[in-house]
Amino acid sequence: MKASSFGYARPESLAEALELLARHGERAKLLAGGQSLIPSLNLRLSSPALLIDLGNLSELEGIALQGKDLRIGALTRHRAIERSPVVAAHAPLLAQAAPHIAHVAIRNRGTFGGSLAMSDPAAEWPACCLALGASIVVASARGERRVQAERFFKALYATDLAPDEILVAAEIPAAAADSRSVFLELARRRGDYAIVGVAAQARRSKGRLQDVRLAFLGVAAVPLLARRAMAALEGGPCDAAAIAAAERALGDELEPMADLYHSAATKLHLARVLAGRALAALAA
Amino acid sequence: MNERVAPERLAPEPRAEERKAPPAQTAATGYIGASVPRANAKRLLEGRGCYVDDLKLPRLAHVVFFRSPHAHARIRKLDLSRARTQPGVLAAFDGRAIAEYCSPWVGVLGHLKGIKSPPQHAVAIERACSQGEAVAAIVAETRAQAEDALQHVEAEWEELPAVTGMEEALAGRTVIHPELGDNICFRRELATEGVEQAFAAADLVVEETFGFGRHTGVTLEGRSILADYNAAEHSLTVYQATQAPHMMQDIFSRHLGIPEANVRVICKDVGGSFGIKVHVYPDEMATAAISVMLRRPVKFAADRLESFLTDIHAREHKAKVRLACTRDGRILAFDLDDLTAIGPYSVYPRTSGIEGNQVVNLTGGPYRHQEYRARLNVVFTNKNVTCQYRAVGHPVAVALTEGIVDVAAAKLGLDPAEFRRRNLIPDDAYPYTFPSGIKFEKLSHHQCLDKLLALMDYAGLRAEQAQLRTRGVYRGIGLAAMIEVTNPSPAFYGVGGARISAQDGATVRLEPSGMVTCLSSVTEQGQGTDGIFAQICATAVGVSVDQVRVITGDTGVTPYGGGTWASRGAGIGGEAVLQAGKALKSNILDLAAAVLGADKATLEVRDNAVCDKATGESKLPLAEVGRIGYFRPDTLPLKFQAELSATRHYTPREYAFTFTNGIQASLVEVDTDTGFVRLLKHWCVEDCGTVINPLLVDEQIRGGIVQGIGAAMLEECLYSAEGQLLNGSLADYLVPMTGDVPDIEVAHVCTPTRQSELGAKGVGEAGTAGAPGAVMNAINDALAPLGARVTDQPFTPERILKALKKV
Repeated sequence: MKASSFGYARPESLAEALELLARHGERAKLLAGGQSLIPSLNLRLSSPALLIDLGNLSELEGIALQGKDLRIGALTRHRAIERSPVVAAHAPLLAQAAPHIAHVAIRNRGTFGGSLAMSDPAAEWPACCLALGASIVVASARGERRVQAERFFKALYATDLAPDEILVAAEIPAAAADSRSVFLELARRRGDYAIVGVAAQARRSKGRLQDVRLAFLGVAAVPLLARRAMAALEGGPCDAAAIAAAERALGDELEPMADLYHSAATKLHLARVLAGRALAALAA
Repeated sequence: MNERVAPERLAPEPRAEERKAPPAQTAATGYIGASVPRANAKRLLEGRGCYVDDLKLPRLAHVVFFRSPHAHARIRKLDLSRARTQPGVLAAFDGRAIAEYCSPWVGVLGHLKGIKSPPQHAVAIERACSQGEAVAAIVAETRAQAEDALQHVEAEWEELPAVTGMEEALAGRTVIHPELGDNICFRRELATEGVEQAFAAADLVVEETFGFGRHTGVTLEGRSILADYNAAEHSLTVYQATQAPHMMQDIFSRHLGIPEANVRVICKDVGGSFGIKVHVYPDEMATAAISVMLRRPVKFAADRLESFLTDIHAREHKAKVRLACTRDGRILAFDLDDLTAIGPYSVYPRTSGIEGNQVVNLTGGPYRHQEYRARLNVVFTNKNVTCQYRAVGHPVAVALTEGIVDVAAAKLGLDPAEFRRRNLIPDDAYPYTFPSGIKFEKLSHHQCLDKLLALMDYAGLRAEQAQLRTRGVYRGIGLAAMIEVTNPSPAFYGVGGARISAQDGATVRLEPSGMVTCLSSVTEQGQGTDGIFAQICATAVGVSVDQVRVITGDTGVTPYGGGTWASRGAGIGGEAVLQAGKALKSNILDLAAAVLGADKATLEVRDNAVCDKATGESKLPLAEVGRIGYFRPDTLPLKFQAELSATRHYTPREYAFTFTNGIQASLVEVDTDTGFVRLLKHWCVEDCGTVINPLLVDEQIRGGIVQGIGAAMLEECLYSAEGQLLNGSLADYLVPMTGDVPDIEVAHVCTPTRQSELGAKGVGEAGTAGAPGAVMNAINDALAPLGARVTDQPFTPERILKALKKV
């Protein structure tokens, strides 16, 4: 299929992009890496009047440690995160997750901010941002604001972004010295959307886990923090009994939707298996 | 280890070593058995391929189709008037308008007794019988404009009950085509005389039901056609991605009412076929009809969504199989009950009865039991049509045969390899007639089994498996012996009345420069046919392979023939090339003898020159033969006429099919918590007779195995109960990717067919035939200690977890 016709603009600055967006609102779509938008245009699932290509906004690209936060610009490519020593040092969970995102060719083009704004329930970055307690930086002609990841992902493919706002960055608290993280996912083929995945981080000292964060992808319309499982582990030893309790707790808080190949029951089972493996890795 | 055994029948003897590049001079031994790189690979890699969609002709129009969103619905209203007024739109047609230019067809064949199917139109009239069936065509200056206009077609539908389940279709409470009386397209039953008695007398009878998911062959290039009608000549030139240009020439001629001689079908590069592109598709027929109607070139290229909806599907089967054997592990009989669903029409002209028929023919095929009973029901449903896809019926027959064989072996406490050894038809038992009636010329099951077990270190793997089980690692080893239909005679289609040629022809021509042109009726789909024909031609004539140019895929140019299907290109087309090349050589020697005043019997063509047979001394370069033959025939004796081209044809007739055989093995590891299966290794030993190009043969086997792995692990066209395709994109329909495929080791036993001088049997489908059964048996071997079994392909994590009772 061919895309239906659309207008095209390639602003030179964020201000210009915001001005275009303020003018065209929901009739416009932002083009970042294009790895989801272009196929959806060609499938005529999306037919915007105007495409605003953010490709020239180098101000939105880059990874930097700012005080206690790691700031990742929205236009930073997946591949840059995967290969960044700064990310590996201060947000190792992202480095662990990156290789699971599609394939290298897609990681070379796709962007961090594009993935967050798209909010696919099976995508890796939204779950990582939840697990890491990131705040999402959004801008509009009205100014800039920060939204906690927990309040950013609202519903299936829906975020807290207003029609005139552009996601410009995420700020991620840098990992503590005693922090451990693990990212696991199951996909039928390497690079496919995950059936289920887990982004886990905790601080571990003297055999106990603190600040446990378990975020799941692929188990709901949005990435989900498993608060009951987290509570079952918080402050205690991460032994077989605690892991079993956490796995049990998942049954009360995850309500996965069946996909083409897996029933809700199978997805819950797989989420428990992954949780067990992730926790064992955190404790090891 | 890719071992080859020298073909016995072909002279000169083959080279043993592989070549990195085509040598400048051919050795007397020729190119048969050498891995010569094919000439078209570089062109394709450099992006200089030319596919139908690359073609642009003056006044080219583009057609798109308005397709039924329902599985079964009556068209209440179809208003194309708004679509006609959209920018760039040239015309819009419904089924009735197209039918005035394109007559309907019925997909039946005389030798499939009782097969029935209703007439099918290029564009449906009144009623759509599956989702995606075209009900209107929009023609515009560009594809994008045509798609824009599609959104202005106004249709009202009256939904009809959709029959989507096979059992439901068989029960026939709702009949899709009331005029046919029931939903049964084709039925076949056979039983040997002693089958009841064999089951009654058996020490052990085992039974299992196997399910096979509907899947399709995902070609890189989608179906595409560019039809160019020339009113001045009342002629039609069709550029088409097809495997069978002469078959299509005949069909365009008859259904569009244009004399056969005025229809020319040209295949430019074709980007993979796998059987998908050997059938008549309504939207392609409509495109040709519209070219006639509009008197201008019209193009249709299926996009990926249309491909999933309307490319033929295959293999939706549910088969119950029983096996009777003695206490000491001798198989006495097989009993098969197969049910398969084909969509609302039997596909034209090959019919959709062939796959089930093959399952009946082939089940139990490697073994020496004498008793067999089979029952087959082929039913209509309101899903997309199914038809012949790579290895037609074989993956089903092999998996259910090898699956039930493993069940019996386990019940008897026999090792699966040993159980097979006791039952495989002995290598000295040929010619042999199998209880289903098929005849084998000469097979090599035991040689293949022995070679496979050594290749994979079967004993070592069993020991490792036992040791790993003690640590909770569940590995499985699966075997699958197989037979394979190749080089079909007219018994496949021709006897049933289909105008599908089982013979192929080749013309080999010496050019004035001394180079050789070879024209063949077999087509190139990316598999390397052109390359092996160059090797055979060079060997037969006595020139180096870089001197040969091969032309295929043009009914206006090549001899008449069948094309590419049923693993026939090398064995049938290759023999025609060999014979034509030998005839040309003889003609060259006649000319040389006249020029040199020598006895023809003392001369030979070698290294691009006529030489003295005994000494090898070069006497007359072929460039000189060409120069004299074409430009200075005045210097030749008055009664001598140079004939520097020769045409030969070949059809196998002694056997209905030239069967090949082989055996595959799979090694897997099952994660019993997640149900995920890791394919660790795959082996195949097979016997395709003379191996012309070891590299291409091995890659055919590997590619085939990958498609078989797709069937076993990933691929399934999923439909809702209402008949809606749920996974019509490459994101949702999973094909194996390189990372999912294990290393595949290939080895050969070589038993050339004695029906031809070349001795080549087919090889294109063997990998696909055996792989699903081998993988299934490996998974079940891994699960055996846990008391779990899977029998429904594809083996998804969920199906494995269910078998393990974990979900």
